[in-house]
Amino acid sequence: MTTPAVQFKQDARRLSADLRHREIIQTAMGKYEVVRDQRKAAFQDWQGARQMAAETKWEAINHLDRHLEEFVRNVEARGTKVHWAATDQQAREVILGILRAKNARVIVKSKAMTSEEIHLNEAMERAGYEVVESDLGEFIVQLREEPPYHIVFPAMHLTREEIRDTFQRKLGDAPSNNPEELTMVARRVLREKYLQADVGITGANFAIAETGMLSVTENEGNARLTAALPRTMITLVGIEKVLPRLEDLALFLPMLATMGTGQAISCYNTLYGGPRQPGETDGPEEYHVVLLDNRRTALLADAEQRDALHCIRCGACLNVCPIYRNIGGHSYGTTYCGPIGAVITPNLRGLNEWKHLSYASSLCGACSETCPVEISLHHHLLQNRRNASRRKPSWWQRIAFKVFAPAATRPGLWSLVTRMGRLGQRAHGLVKGSRLDPAYAWTKTRDLPPIARQTFREWWRARP
Amino acid sequence: MSERDNMLARIREALAVPAPMPGHDHDPARPAPALPTAADQRRVLPAVGQSFDEQIALFRRNAADLRADFRLVKDLEALAAELKGICAAESWQRAASHGGELTGAACQALGLPVLFTDQAFDKRELARCDVGISDCDALVAQTGSVVLTSRSAGGRALSVLPPHHVVVARREQLVPDLPAAFALVKAKYGASYPSMISIITGPSRTSDIERILVLGAHGPKKLTILCC
Repeated sequence: MTTPAVQFKQDARRLSADLRHREIIQTAMGKYEVVRDQRKAAFQDWQGARQMAAETKWEAINHLDRHLEEFVRNVEARGTKVHWAATDQQAREVILGILRAKNARVIVKSKAMTSEEIHLNEAMERAGYEVVESDLGEFIVQLREEPPYHIVFPAMHLTREEIRDTFQRKLGDAPSNNPEELTMVARRVLREKYLQADVGITGANFAIAETGMLSVTENEGNARLTAALPRTMITLVGIEKVLPRLEDLALFLPMLATMGTGQAISCYNTLYGGPRQPGETDGPEEYHVVLLDNRRTALLADAEQRDALHCIRCGACLNVCPIYRNIGGHSYGTTYCGPIGAVITPNLRGLNEWKHLSYASSLCGACSETCPVEISLHHHLLQNRRNASRRKPSWWQRIAFKVFAPAATRPGLWSLVTRMGRLGQRAHGLVKGSRLDPAYAWTKTRDLPPIARQTFREWWRARP
Repeated sequence: MSERDNMLARIREALAVPAPMPGHDHDPARPAPALPTAADQRRVLPAVGQSFDEQIALFRRNAADLRADFRLVKDLEALAAELKGICAAESWQRAASHGGELTGAACQALGLPVLFTDQAFDKRELARCDVGISDCDALVAQTGSVVLTSRSAGGRALSVLPPHHVVVARREQLVPDLPAAFALVKAKYGASYPSMISIITGPSRTSDIERILVLGAHGPKKLTILCC
């Protein structure tokens, strides 16, 4: 059995050498960067906005109990049923229970990373339901039986030709490889599904405590239809999505769109506060909200990394990450990929099995710098490394530090080691990069900078 | 204990250890930050002009960028005439609307069979309509957005199921920015919120295929805003 670490190394090696893959990603990211920068520049004070957003999220997360209770009280007051799910299994059981009670057959979904996290589609399909993803990108990767490649752009890694072939194979309908015509094929197919569906499932971007509403951001209108036509609606949302007040959205909606897609604001930002109310003639008769923990409280308990729960899933850290841009979203093997995924996955799914992601970083800090809610992502990667080696140091780390510590603390020994190192490096040059090299695994892809001809101490002694 | 109590207990236990405040100075004595006021938000958000003319010009620019069709006319009569013109140009056969303040007059001028969504209606019939005509709560200059609710705009489906969405508005409904839009929603509905509040910015769109913009993903392909 391959471990996630071994699988990651294999996939990362393969994809970082795949020039075609790299070109697709670089083109998409290049377009993103241009529009994102235009939108950032429109803000009068982008750094001030980040600070405010970080402080608002700090308040939401650090008084999460209070805000959650307020949210639940308010959303229940309009007839919504709230379910608390401690684990992924509980969340699946709650949702399957609702589907059974409603005698559902066809389920239409709008994009929700939480549903990827709990593997909801597989569970519903195994139970015999027809499940349709309605976001175009999600629809495409669902047809290809792939996980989303990116948390905002699920099908970013595919060319129009590949998408045409997928539609041809799975839908028997692909007039051309023109993106507009392909989109219209999906529109026609999904139209009928919205009208047939018994239950609509959405995620949410924010849960507003003050008014008891779930805010859903989208561009396509698929979530609007998912929330309008089926008779039962379910929203699956992580407990960390709470915002204290309605007006906080005045800041978060434009910031999410700016960093997520380079838009001033997304096409549809919709607040759902309950099922059909008295006097309303459409919308679901029943509304269920499933609050998901799934180890978020464990991350909450780590005060040092608690701010990772501030994340609004804009995907900006993925887009700027030099690692993500070379190995792509599937290599991570996780629901949440890129820097934020590398930070939270070890916390959500086990440090030992996922610590390798903490090393999939150049520690350049581009992620922390771009994050709209100021999460110190690259520091958290270092903290995960530290936590992992404290809990279970590897044998070579233990030996290396046992050798390093005495040498580094004795000046005489240290200068001897550096002098030998200089000689050793010259000898090493003879075998470097060949299989005779004892450090081959390391040197085949890397250069060790030459040790200085003269140390500082030697220079100090020799100065005139 | 219920799962609710368990989860809340875990949250309270986790929060017993305080987390450092955001920002670079980790001074434990610093008080918790206050939530930003509307004035704070306005200081950082994109600028909006002071006068009505500046704001309507900004709305017009934003609408054009978003490929929404925005028309400012002098009165309700002119608005109805404008709508009639679009109806003829696009040869609408069936329209859907609701009994709103402006929609009533607008629909009468059309002379088409109208499906009203504020009475019980068949969603398949709505899907066959060429246009959905609705009122709104506000227009937002800052973003070129339309704010509407399930109560003010004929429910949830009217503004998103037909291929063309026409919004009718009065010029007094223009608000400068998002903080003003949320303040308006709170003042208008605070006592009893409708089940849906939607901020619509341009016609439905996607760029999921090679990041190329396509209008009309699942919602309307066209958005027209008629303001009098």
